[in-house]
Amino acid sequence: MLYALLCYSDEAVVLSRTKAEDDALIAKRHRVTDPLAARGKLGATIRLMPTTAATTVRMGRERVVLDGPFAETKEALLGLYVVDCASLDEAIALAQQVGRDEKVVFEIRPLRFYEPQGTFKFRETAV
Amino acid sequence: MTELAWIDPLLRSARPQAVGALLRYFRDLDQAEEAFQEACLRALRNWPVNGPPRDPTSWLILVGRNVALDDMRRRSKTAPLPGDAELSDLDDAEADIAERLDNSHYRDDVLRLLFICCHPDLPAVQQIALALRVVSGLSVKEIARAFLVSEAAMEQRITRAKSAVARADVAFAAPDAVERAERLAAVAAMIYLVFNEGYSASGGTVHVRLALCEEAIRLSRLLLALFPGEPEIMGLAALLLLQDARAPARLDADGAIILLEDQDRSLWNRDMIAEGLALIEKALRHRRPGPYQVQAAIAGVHAHAVRPEDTDWSEIDQL
Repeated sequence: MLYALLCYSDEAVVLSRTKAEDDALIAKRHRVTDPLAARGKLGATIRLMPTTAATTVRMGRERVVLDGPFAETKEALLGLYVVDCASLDEAIALAQQVGRDEKVVFEIRPLRFYEPQGTFKFRETAV
Repeated sequence: MTELAWIDPLLRSARPQAVGALLRYFRDLDQAEEAFQEACLRALRNWPVNGPPRDPTSWLILVGRNVALDDMRRRSKTAPLPGDAELSDLDDAEADIAERLDNSHYRDDVLRLLFICCHPDLPAVQQIALALRVVSGLSVKEIARAFLVSEAAMEQRITRAKSAVARADVAFAAPDAVERAERLAAVAAMIYLVFNEGYSASGGTVHVRLALCEEAIRLSRLLLALFPGEPEIMGLAALLLLQDARAPARLDADGAIILLEDQDRSLWNRDMIAEGLALIEKALRHRRPGPYQVQAAIAGVHAHAVRPEDTDWSEIDQL
């Protein structure tokens, strides 16, 4: 089975770490994920930019583009796409196309770090 | 990292909101700071044993408030009770914290705290010093080092700034839209001053200056998280990120400034540049340009160019 581990934390606290503190934390995590990658059991690793860099596109009867992250708790996170766009405008247009005629919200968040890895074969049956 | 290192970022990130809320209760900067200090001491004793509370900021506000109230009660046995104005907000405080601080309160508390530091009566140096002391929680010693003055002189400056602020009588009621916009602009300017003090090569050691830049960026992100739709605040955060990204390439071994076209661009911080560019792109979509956005956009065009000759001067002309 493929699993996604979604990391949640208090952003203000994370951004209050000094660079040394942050580096130490990332190093600590690598001690777990590096052996995993070596065994071919690690897929994409992503670090998102802060929520202040986010733009939210709300589809439905009216389309609304808002600055900032998606903040409601009623909806649940159901999936994600990683796309390569030339501009934020292009990403917004793409989100609107993908979610056309659906009642769905896309939070568009630039990636700070992206390592596709993908040392394991994607298995249709796994998901 | 020591065993207690995990507490530091918690206390650091809670500080603006906690001191801001305590200031709303006590309406006195020194008292708010002392209450927060005391709450931090208790956190350092309590959290390693019991684990961090679910909401560290609310915990610090509640404990800080209770400690200060106890202290007031104890003192009141020998001194007259504090006036009504000082106590007016205290009754509803508990319920208020119990249901956690709602967003607008939080926003106005932090904005007020920042705004108090940039009162127009204060000269720039005092604004920066006050913000670093009160909002960021830097020690007087650290701030003195950044300005190359003695600790005693800096202590005196901060004390003077505080009494000027107390006399200025900043409104504690929730600000209206116009007032909020004015405060926002003043605070943005103050954050830019903090950054420039760190960025300018004039004073302090490299280490101290970097801390000021980092702090200014943290404050700009904090402000943007509170006002996510303000293009000028996006511009401010972008500008600071883009400028600071170049800092590692800006000085030679002797501390002299290296001009932009001669800098080793491989030393630029690509993470910060990417975030700055993302923010400026968001800001420009609003088509409400302002000085921070324009400066950030220019810095962005420079940051984008891998070599000096790649600089898109026509884009800069359009700005």
